[in-house]
Amino acid sequence: MNLQTKLGAKDYASDQEVRWCPGCGDYAILRAVQKTLADNGADPANTVFFSGIGCASRFPYYMETYGFHTIHGRGAAFATGAKLANPDLDAWLVAGDGDSLAIGGNHLLHVLRRNVDIVYLLFNNEIYGLTKGQTSPASRLGTRSPTTPAGSRDEPVRAARFALGASATFVARAVDVQKDLSDILKRAHAHKGTGFVEILQNCIVFNDGVYDKLSNKKLAPDNTLKLVHGEPMIWGAERDKGLVFDIATMSPKAVSLGEGGVDASQLLVHDEHNLTLANMLATLDSIPGMPSPLGVLYSREAETFEARTRMDRAETASVEQKIGQLLNSGHTWAVA
Amino acid sequence: MMDALVPGKPDGMGRERETIESAVVRFAGDSGDGMQITGGQFTLATALSGNDLATFPDFPAEIRAPIGTTFGVSSFQINFGARVVRTAGDQLDVLVAMNPAALIVNLADVKPGALIIVDENAFTVRDIAKAGYAENPLDNGSLDAYRVLRLPITDYTMTAVKSVEGAEVSNKESVRAKNMWALGLILWLFEREKAAVVDWIATKFAKLPDIARINTAALDAGYIYGDVTEMAPEIHPYRVPPAAIPPGIYRNISGSEAVSWGLVAGAHLARLKLAFCSYPITPATNMLHLLTKLGKEFNVTTFQAEDEIAAACAAIGASYAGELGVTGSSGPGVALKTEAIGLAAATELPLVIVNAQRGGPSTGLPTKTEQSDLYQSVWGRNGDTPLVVVASRSPGDCFDTAIEACRLAVKYMTPVILLTDGYLSNASEPWHIPDFSTYEPFPASHAIPADFKPYNRDPETLARPWVVPGTPGGVHRIGGIERKDGSGEISYDADNHQIMTDHRKNKIDGIARDIPDQEVALGPVSGRLAVVGWGSTYGPVNRAVDALIEQGIEASHIHIRHLWPLPRNLGQLLAGFDNILVPEMNTGQLATLLRSEYQCELKSQPKVSGRPFRVSEIVDAARELVEG
Ligand SMILES: Cc1ncc(C[n+]2csc(CCOP(=O)(O)OP(=O)(O)O)c2C)c(N)n1
Ligand code: SF4
Ligand SMILES: [Mg+2]
Repeated sequence: MNLQTKLGAKDYASDQEVRWCPGCGDYAILRAVQKTLADNGADPANTVFFSGIGCASRFPYYMETYGFHTIHGRGAAFATGAKLANPDLDAWLVAGDGDSLAIGGNHLLHVLRRNVDIVYLLFNNEIYGLTKGQTSPASRLGTRSPTTPAGSRDEPVRAARFALGASATFVARAVDVQKDLSDILKRAHAHKGTGFVEILQNCIVFNDGVYDKLSNKKLAPDNTLKLVHGEPMIWGAERDKGLVFDIATMSPKAVSLGEGGVDASQLLVHDEHNLTLANMLATLDSIPGMPSPLGVLYSREAETFEARTRMDRAETASVEQKIGQLLNSGHTWAVA
Repeated sequence: MMDALVPGKPDGMGRERETIESAVVRFAGDSGDGMQITGGQFTLATALSGNDLATFPDFPAEIRAPIGTTFGVSSFQINFGARVVRTAGDQLDVLVAMNPAALIVNLADVKPGALIIVDENAFTVRDIAKAGYAENPLDNGSLDAYRVLRLPITDYTMTAVKSVEGAEVSNKESVRAKNMWALGLILWLFEREKAAVVDWIATKFAKLPDIARINTAALDAGYIYGDVTEMAPEIHPYRVPPAAIPPGIYRNISGSEAVSWGLVAGAHLARLKLAFCSYPITPATNMLHLLTKLGKEFNVTTFQAEDEIAAACAAIGASYAGELGVTGSSGPGVALKTEAIGLAAATELPLVIVNAQRGGPSTGLPTKTEQSDLYQSVWGRNGDTPLVVVASRSPGDCFDTAIEACRLAVKYMTPVILLTDGYLSNASEPWHIPDFSTYEPFPASHAIPADFKPYNRDPETLARPWVVPGTPGGVHRIGGIERKDGSGEISYDADNHQIMTDHRKNKIDGIARDIPDQEVALGPVSGRLAVVGWGSTYGPVNRAVDALIEQGIEASHIHIRHLWPLPRNLGQLLAGFDNILVPEMNTGQLATLLRSEYQCELKSQPKVSGRPFRVSEIVDAARELVEG
């Protein structure tokens, strides 16, 4: 396309008043997405945001692009249909954790295994925001809510692991306020296929602080592991902790680096293309004392849904003729 | 050649053929006996011999029901004649029963004095008991009211197969050819040509030449058996002369084919690609199969979604992106799609939903026919969510109604429900092939109008502009939250909701101006009695009215294709009749609709047996109504 002047992040903001609660993590994500589009030089006319229903799903209204706010949980199916009709659309999907993992779990599963070429942003605030704070499938054990006054007892779904289980070709995790969120979004967008990003998002009203350890400047270094392809997995404010694989227990283990500790050369090195490693990372933070991995957990090249279903329009005259032939196919007979 | 019949000549034994005007034949056997194929091939041979015809395939829900059981019985009925045939027939003139279960299940439909042909090899002690008979019905006089031709069809088939030199086939494969033996016999009985069936066998088993040879041998053997065997005098061959049907090129078409091809044609006339998104469900699945076969040469994409909801959503997504999204299903699946259909109505996007109705509620009777989703179609959504409902009346009619559904969806930016049913989907009829080049196109436009706003409306149709993503200068957002009149922005404003609700209603109501006035299919336009139907009851209602007129009772047939909005003249038309009878395969849904719209007095004739109406049922009800 031929944009006369390059658009800035603000040019991707629609004229609609943003209606999230002040302090909601969604604002930071909105800014990061607008910046991503600006950096990418995205054509607003060819960009579409789909969404389901929920606080997160209001997202399309705030983007100066095409947008379709659909029904609860089904955004992925709408996006799939749109790509069936027009594979060249630059499609994004925004959906909450309830939207993606409860009512829409089936569609998330299938959009991933079909590898539809969209960016899937799962805003995970581990709660139902729009309906005022019930537990979601992503809520941690013990989450108190109007529907679980004594604390939730169902195991939470781990979105990244679910995605890998569904044969996702690209899985990343990020925190809403993360400075380089836009970089991860760019990676997801550049990926051919479903670029699935779980964004850990703070709901300041109904689940405030669940990600403090990951977003608080002081706490984050000791609690997050920034994944870099080809680099050893190291974290900590002092960069003194590393990850190894313990053969004896067949599980990951945190070790100390430096004097008296392990040498960096013995650490696990991140390899985005290693599914076994990705599966381990997807549940790493369920082990006490382990950091939350952020960044691209996994990526692989695979044929996209669009590549399989793309269909050039046949000429009107030829279709006309084909239909005529079709009607006259098989056994026909003349009545005089 | 054996099968070069000379019309007007007696058969191989010099027996004169009795000329009859029409006949109803039912092939019945175990699910594994190939009765649908047998019926289908007999249908083809019959069509080729110039009769008009209608068929009724009826098969169990189980794919492989236990052998010999009554619930495993599969049947195929055909009514053919030298006159116009509109139903599959009420009572059987010939029943072919391949086993005891097929006999016990179907006997009630056989006319007294009619011909029953049985494979006596299948009447083993075990299978007689399995069917629920205490003793062999062939031997105890229980069939004395009929003409019974008991033949060792399986043995005869085996003999025929053995005569095929060098054929390497298993015992099982040999036995399976018995349906062809039976078919051969029936072809002889009604003076039909074998050639088309022989061709079909050759094509079907092109890769299995031995199987093709034994099936042809069985077919020949059955035919020859009839032709040259001495039989009791009451068993003799028939002649059903060709019917006087309008000249033209004909083919057999099933409702599934006609609706699928109609959708392709409709999308083409709209100059759009067809995106058919579906999830398998009986009796709608065939559409997905048929359309998948067509593919890109026809501008058709098919998508087997993860569930019915996703299928509807994907179809809407495709329409949003500028093609014609269509989803096909049956009642339970349409129930799942309901929320998505509401979104299509709210966002005012074209969508066609084909509902091949089946018996309900819930899973109900998956393989049986019913028309009990009329309430669901017209009224079955949350909110005030009007849309368009049209119904097909015969297998061939599905072609034109599918085109009509596409036309209205695109022109008015609305969901349209097209109602067919299990009977229409599976049944076939000879179809006068239309000249497709004469169909008027109705090209869709994605152009940005002057002063574009997503919810500005065309003053005449009240449709909003269909500006699709990818269009420069048209960037906008749509969604399920109430949209502001014109701009389409989110609006919770009370007055605006009233305005938008009115717009949606007025748009659909206004479509009444764009559909044909209601015609009277048969009989005078006012008078003593109107029999009002919709959907697949067309055949039986039409024949019933025919019969009433013959019996000297003034009667008319009104058959409604556009069920919502209803034709503008319908109220007045109904007001011109002293009596109104509404037969339908549900508990009275059209009756309710008509009463609520026109406050007219009418008599509902409900039937939900999973089978089409018999002509006689409607005649009886009509007589009772007018004669009191
Ligand atoms: C069919 C349907 N069921 C229920 C709802 C009510 N509902 C709206 S949003 C929502 C959950 C939202 O949670 P989530 O997806 O996590 O999004 P968030 O609001 O947290 O961003 C529910 C239950 C609905 N809109 N539609
Ligand atoms: S309820 Fe929570 S998620 Fe929703 S807008 Fe408010 S802060 Fe954000
Ligand atoms: Mg949530």
